[in-house]
Parts: sequence; C-alpha cells; structure tokens
Amino acid sequence: MKAAKGTVFKYGDNVDTDVIIPARYLNSSDPAELATHCMEDIDKDFVKKVQKGDIMVATKNFGCGSSREHAPIAIKAAGVSCVIAETFARIFYRNAINIGLPIIECPEAAKGIDAGDVVEVNFDTGIITDVTKGTTYKGQAFPEFMQKIIAAEGLVNYINEK
Amino acid sequence: MGMTMTQKILAAHAGLEKVEAGQLIEANLDLVLGNDITSPVAIKEMEKMKVDGVFDKDKIALVPDHFVPNKDIKSAEHCKCVREFAYRNEITNYFEVGEMGIEHALLPEKGLTVAGDVIIGADSHTCTYGALGAFSTGVGSTDMAAGMATGKAWFKVPSAIKFNIVGKPSKWVSGKDVILHIIGMIGVDGALYKSMEFVGEGIKNLTMDDRFTIANMAIEAGGKNGIFPVDDLAIEYMKEHSKKTYTIYEADEDAVYDEEYTIDLSTLRPTIAFPHLPENTKTIDEIKEDIKIDQVVIGSCTNGRLDDLRTAAEVLKGRHVAKGMRCIVIPATQAIYMQAMEEGLLKTFIEAGAVVSTPTCGPCLGGYMGILAAGERCVSTTNRNFVGRMGHVDSEIYLASPAVAAASAITGKISCPCQLA
Repeated sequence: MKAAKGTVFKYGDNVDTDVIIPARYLNSSDPAELATHCMEDIDKDFVKKVQKGDIMVATKNFGCGSSREHAPIAIKAAGVSCVIAETFARIFYRNAINIGLPIIECPEAAKGIDAGDVVEVNFDTGIITDVTKGTTYKGQAFPEFMQKIIAAEGLVNYINEK
Repeated sequence: MGMTMTQKILAAHAGLEKVEAGQLIEANLDLVLGNDITSPVAIKEMEKMKVDGVFDKDKIALVPDHFVPNKDIKSAEHCKCVREFAYRNEITNYFEVGEMGIEHALLPEKGLTVAGDVIIGADSHTCTYGALGAFSTGVGSTDMAAGMATGKAWFKVPSAIKFNIVGKPSKWVSGKDVILHIIGMIGVDGALYKSMEFVGEGIKNLTMDDRFTIANMAIEAGGKNGIFPVDDLAIEYMKEHSKKTYTIYEADEDAVYDEEYTIDLSTLRPTIAFPHLPENTKTIDEIKEDIKIDQVVIGSCTNGRLDDLRTAAEVLKGRHVAKGMRCIVIPATQAIYMQAMEEGLLKTFIEAGAVVSTPTCGPCLGGYMGILAAGERCVSTTNRNFVGRMGHVDSEIYLASPAVAAASAITGKISCPCQLA
C-alpha cells in the first residue's frame, strides 16, 4: 500500500464537519469547488497554504457532526494525503475509508506532532514518522477488509472488484 | 455473555445467532434514506457501480428537505438530480415539496420505520428511529449508494452504554432537556462508536415525541445509535402510522454494558447548551447573567413535532415576542403543519409576532430561512451549535427546548416559561 509524506496542519479537539466544509457551500458537490472552502471557518489560511501531499493532525473526535461526505471529499480534494487523529467521529471514519482518504488513529502522534512538522506515514505498517523531530509512532492498523477498501481507493471500486 | 438490544437486531439482520462488540458484520437493510444534499453524491457514486438499478424500490426513501423549496439554482439542480433518479428507478417513497417533511419526522409518521428494522440514512440524525426500537444510524453518501445498490451495509458491532431512566419530569422539562443533560454529562464523544440504550420505568413518562428528540441527538454524544425498548406507547404509534410488520427485540438480562448511568427525570431542569458545543450545558438556574437574544428558531428534526409546537404555543399564547426579536417556527411535516393549524397553534404564533415556515431544515445548518449575522445570538431547538453552524462564524447558538426557546423569544433573553410574568 501507499505511503504519505507532507507538512502538518494541526488542529484541536472536536473539529466538526461544519467547519471542515460549511453547509452554505453544500449546494455544490464538486470536489474541486468544495476544496476551495475547506476549513475556512477555523483556518482561513489552510486553502492558501496547503500543498499536495500535506498531512492533517488533530486530537480527539475529528469530523464530528453531520454525515456530509463532502467533508472528507473536500479534505482529499484539497490535496491532503492522510489525517491522523487521537479519535475520529464514526460517520467521518466510514466516509473517509469509503472515499479512499487515508486516516489513522494514534493518540500519541496526535499529541506529539506539531504544526509545520514533516511527517511520513506507512499505511501497511501503521508507522508514523515525524521527520522534523525524529520521532516515530505506531498507529492503529486497519482491519484487512478496510485495507482492501482503501487500496481500491474507495467502496465503489471495492464492490466493483468483488 | 448476553447481547444488547442493538446487538440482537444486528445479529438477526446478519443471519447470525450471536454477535459480539467489535465484530465486523454485513447486515441486510430494511430502509436506505437520503436527502437533497447527500443523495446527489450517492447517485453519482451508484452510477459508477456495476449494478442494474436499486435493490428494492420500496426500501429506499428520498426526501429533499435541507434546501427546499429550492433556495438557489445549485440547490434546484441537486433536487432535480434526486427527482429524476427517483422517477427513473420508480422509487416508491420519494417525497416532493407539498408532501415532504423533515426526513426524521416524516419517515416514522409515514410508517416507514418500525421496531426491529435496520436502517441507514445519509444524514447523521438517522439515529432518531431508535425511539421506535429500530437500529438506525447515519452514514455518508457512498454507504448510501452501496446500500441502494446491494441492500446491505457493513457494521462494526457496537458496545453500549445503558441509561436507566427513572422518575417523572416536571412541567417545562422535556426530551430535549433529558438529552442535553446526558450530553453535558458524558461529552460530545462520550458515546463514540457506541449504542446508547435507554431503559427503565421512567420511560413511560416520556411521550413518543420526547423519545424521538432523545434518540435524534444520540449522534451529538458521538453515538452510533440511540434506542428505546418497545412499549405499549411505541406499539400504539406504529399501529396508528404503519402497515409494516414490526419485531420486538429485548436486551438479554446478562447483556454487558461499558457504562451505566441513572437519570432521574424528576431532578432535571430546563437545560441549555452554550456555544460552541452541545456538551457546554447549563441549567436555567445556573445562568445568572442576562444573555440577550436576536433570533429564536423552533423546529428541526429534533424539535419540530406536534408536542414541541403545542408547548411553544402554550408559552406564546396571549403574549408577544420582544421588540427586535425574529422568531421562526417550522412545523416538521405537512401533517404536523395541518394539525397545528386545526388546533389554532399557527394563529397563536402569528399573533405573537412569529413567522411560520413550510417544513425545511434551512436555518439549522445555516442553509437559509434564518441565517445569523456577526455577533448575533440565537436560541434554537435544533441540535448543533458549532462555530458558524447557523451563519457567521462570530454568531452564537444556544440549544434549548421549545419551552425555553418560546420564553426567550418573549423576553429577548434566555428564559424559562417559569420566569414569565
């Protein structure tokens, strides 16, 4: 499976789907358009600064609130290669897997990694490396069938391949 | 080790005699739901699947309710996409403007959700149907697409938290106060990935509308579902509304729970969630300062039902909203709207200086019909008070019951009906 490497954008507890993509933009379902408003209610600079491959790190209950799949879609379309959090809200967790946005639960990494650090994630092993600080963490590995969904880049491809 | 009520429903739908917390299963679905925001994404995903249409045209419900009547051209395009898909696939339960309502009030009213069902909906408040003893949970659009195509969904079997409900609530305390109290106690991730199972002798003192409100906000504690045992009141509701066969599941006596809490309804007070999380709760007695309010919203999938409107009307009857107050009342379905009209509730609202809208989710998620400007405050009977949820990022939402919302509309500050002259 793939690996991710990029610069970290760091957020706190309970980042909700309303701030990830405000409902006023949900009259569109175009990933590129959604990406231009990603995180704007808590971090106006995110879309200006984000580079393809960058990594999002947050503490507990990331993605709480609405079931809008537009939230992981916006994050993925903005170029983010992986989201690391202490915990994820359950609907966001499903949605991210289903659309092929890699996410990984790791409380220690979520606390230890800071904004601006360069971080590498190996999805096969769950090993997260903070290249800037020289630290490594072991993230929660996915059950096998979820790995297959992520490897297929989403549930639709997975069902088609089955 | 026994199974919880949720686990029993899931086991039956997975064709298994027994399931355990943490087990991954594939379950057969009794209903798949989507709205005008989530369905277009699901439809696009389903078209990529190698399938011939939907698994069962009678087991899909499509309810445009978030931005309807269409608020702008883009929303109109989304609704058109859903409408055309519904016609193309001959979906039985597509609800057009004029027959639609807010999905989680509409589906039980139409008899589409009954005890023992497994239901997924591409809307987080799908957990509402647990009030009738169904397992129902919110998912995203891709899960909805897969559900529509295959009639199945994968689940990780949840563990559960047990809430033992005892006592009788006092006047002006309703289901909203119960669930806000619980979220305040366990936090917005207190039930993450878990079932919230409500049991106990106090449940008989909760109306069906109270139970819908409580199950509806299980997601606000991070819960996978909220569920009530099926008693005479629930059976009566299903007999009145549905022709579907229901199945009653009960938790085993030796079922294991991660945590257990006792909630004594007689001790609860009107409860308000302060910005910007539903867990930031205070009782009305803990609010010492005057919190000035610009707008009140009474409605939504949480509190737009008949009990809610009756309570609000009881408070507003013979009174008038404060000068400068915008009070927006939204009956959740056409049937509720009609009944409210026949009971004279709409007249009471209008005489009190409130506006009454057609059913829509509009203001709850900052869509339209009551957007807040910078610095404005709203007391709302809705379910989320996140930053920017109802408009400007510098606006504030205070979540409360219809009783508190109506009283606050009159005084122009957060108030309880018990404080009115």
